[in-house]
Amino acid sequence: MTARQQEADARPLLEIRDLTVEFPAPVGGWTPVVQRVSFTLGQGESVALVGESGSGKTVTSLAVMGLTGVTGGRVAAGSVSFDGRELTSLPEREWRALRGPGMGMIFQQPIRSLNPAYTVGDQIAESVRRHLGLNRRAARARAIEMLDLVQIPRAAERVDDYPHAFSGGMCQRVMIAMVMACNPRLLIADEPTTALDVTVQERILRLLRDLQEQTGVSLLFVSHDLAVVAELCQKVTVMYAGEVVEQGTAADVFFRPGHPYTSGLLAAIPKPGLGTGRRLATIPGSIPAPGLWPEGCRFHLRCPHREPGRCDSVRPDLVPAGPSAQARCLRVSEIDLQGVTVA
Amino acid sequence: MKNVTTPPDDLLDAPGDPYAESAGTGILRGILRRRSTIVAGGFLALLVLVAVLAPVIAPYDPNVQNVLQRLRPPGSGHLLGTDDYGRDVLSRLIHSARVSLQAAAQAVAVALVIGLSPGVAAGFRGGWLDAALTRIMDALMSAPSLVLAITIVAVLGPGVTNAMLAVGVIMAPRFFRVSRATTMDVRHETYIEASIALGCGNLRTAVRHILPNVMPPIVLVTSVSLGAAVAAEASLSFLGLGVRPPAASWGSMLSTASSNMGLAPYLVWPPGVMIFLTVLAFTYLGDGVRKGMLRSRSASGKGE
Repeated sequence: MTARQQEADARPLLEIRDLTVEFPAPVGGWTPVVQRVSFTLGQGESVALVGESGSGKTVTSLAVMGLTGVTGGRVAAGSVSFDGRELTSLPEREWRALRGPGMGMIFQQPIRSLNPAYTVGDQIAESVRRHLGLNRRAARARAIEMLDLVQIPRAAERVDDYPHAFSGGMCQRVMIAMVMACNPRLLIADEPTTALDVTVQERILRLLRDLQEQTGVSLLFVSHDLAVVAELCQKVTVMYAGEVVEQGTAADVFFRPGHPYTSGLLAAIPKPGLGTGRRLATIPGSIPAPGLWPEGCRFHLRCPHREPGRCDSVRPDLVPAGPSAQARCLRVSEIDLQGVTVA
Repeated sequence: MKNVTTPPDDLLDAPGDPYAESAGTGILRGILRRRSTIVAGGFLALLVLVAVLAPVIAPYDPNVQNVLQRLRPPGSGHLLGTDDYGRDVLSRLIHSARVSLQAAAQAVAVALVIGLSPGVAAGFRGGWLDAALTRIMDALMSAPSLVLAITIVAVLGPGVTNAMLAVGVIMAPRFFRVSRATTMDVRHETYIEASIALGCGNLRTAVRHILPNVMPPIVLVTSVSLGAAVAAEASLSFLGLGVRPPAASWGSMLSTASSNMGLAPYLVWPPGVMIFLTVLAFTYLGDGVRKGMLRSRSASGKGE
């Protein structure tokens, strides 16, 4: 193995550094929605991006796909590098060649992610014809093969059906087939199971895990459901109010959280068997809107461990918290936080 | 746990319903459910057939004059009578169907070309392009349509094609507005984002992914506009700006009839009734298509 190859192997597939994304403010000017977000994702790894709605998870993942402009925002600062290639300055032409064979994305609303005007086969075939240069017939064969791979029964018949003939879970499978048909190296899944019911959710997750084992695709999994994340991901990045508040291996984050927000999220997972009389744990208050972030620690207004005079004035940095984790908390070494307890 | 051996249950709940065949048959079925739509469609199909076969089924040459037979009332020999030059009204009516339908198609084609693609472009790109195109279309709409048509015909010279060009220009804003609004709606759908995420460029996204979803309301506008174009052609021909004599259209026949009102009042009825029925049929057809699409959308839209 040459030194160059070694370097390529050691290099993470996706490296995000100090990414800041802004959207137009209603009063004019730009409001940052995601600020100085950094994390990496290695080859074949799965990383979760978790946080409440409005924490900036989706905006971050759209920025990785280069879709910030489509949604009306702009990448104001920072870098996103994919396989050693800087993406923030990539011309649109090269983006088009990268989306599909390089990285693909599946979305929250599977039924709305499929174009109602075409059969599912046509939609899968379109991207492989474009990117892999297959002819009509080969593309159709590939579409059937992919539908089979995502476990749609009678794939050869269903390939000519329109999306409205599929249920939500099946639409998500079709979506996965569409994205995986080009053999991407990175799959971004933006809350792929949120719109599905729990049993279907479980199967989609299992499918994603199987696909990852078979193809070695890296996975960036965006979710607010920590239980789902625990099943699927090795590394976890927790976001709050547009910034990373904690990151580390799944084990670290779940069992030894370093940030009160993470601990609060973990406590809010309903546990079966505790009886109906108990109130569910919640984090009081709600996430502040972009532009209305408080001084000091952005979480301090909702934090049970806040220290007046300190947390509301000093901006915390990401500091080491545990063997392989970092947390953005001033009191990380002073407080003892509750993680997941194994019964 | 790792290996999936049983087929997932969520695959079993979806198909088997009548809407599982394809979107096309579902919509068609929805449209054909209404009797008024079938009658209107049938009438128009018959009209097209008559227009195509006009030379075969017309009993007389529509332009041959016979002064001895002029202004004969309906009946013997001439089913609908003759006009002031002794020409057979039925034959002229049949040949006029050809002129009128062709003229309507021309006008709507012009309107589609000028209205649809700028509409999609404006809705998709937004910004200055949208602002500029919308202003142009607003300006077109604000001009009184008949005056605008007469001006265009005055510049280009009379004749059906020129007249229909004028009508097409007047109708273009309607297509523009509908396609623009629908595009703006569709543009924010997740499947458009998904298509971009799969590497589609702007043009491809607009043509392959947005256009097909803009078509349903456009089909409706097309149908209603065809009716309006028939009426517009009749108006312009009535004023002498459309077909050139001796060729006939329903409008010019009505014009001839009106100048002979005192002597032959029966001449007004055939072209008048045809214009009325045709416009009505196009309107009902458009209405039926709209309701049919609504029905099939709501029946199959499990997602919402």
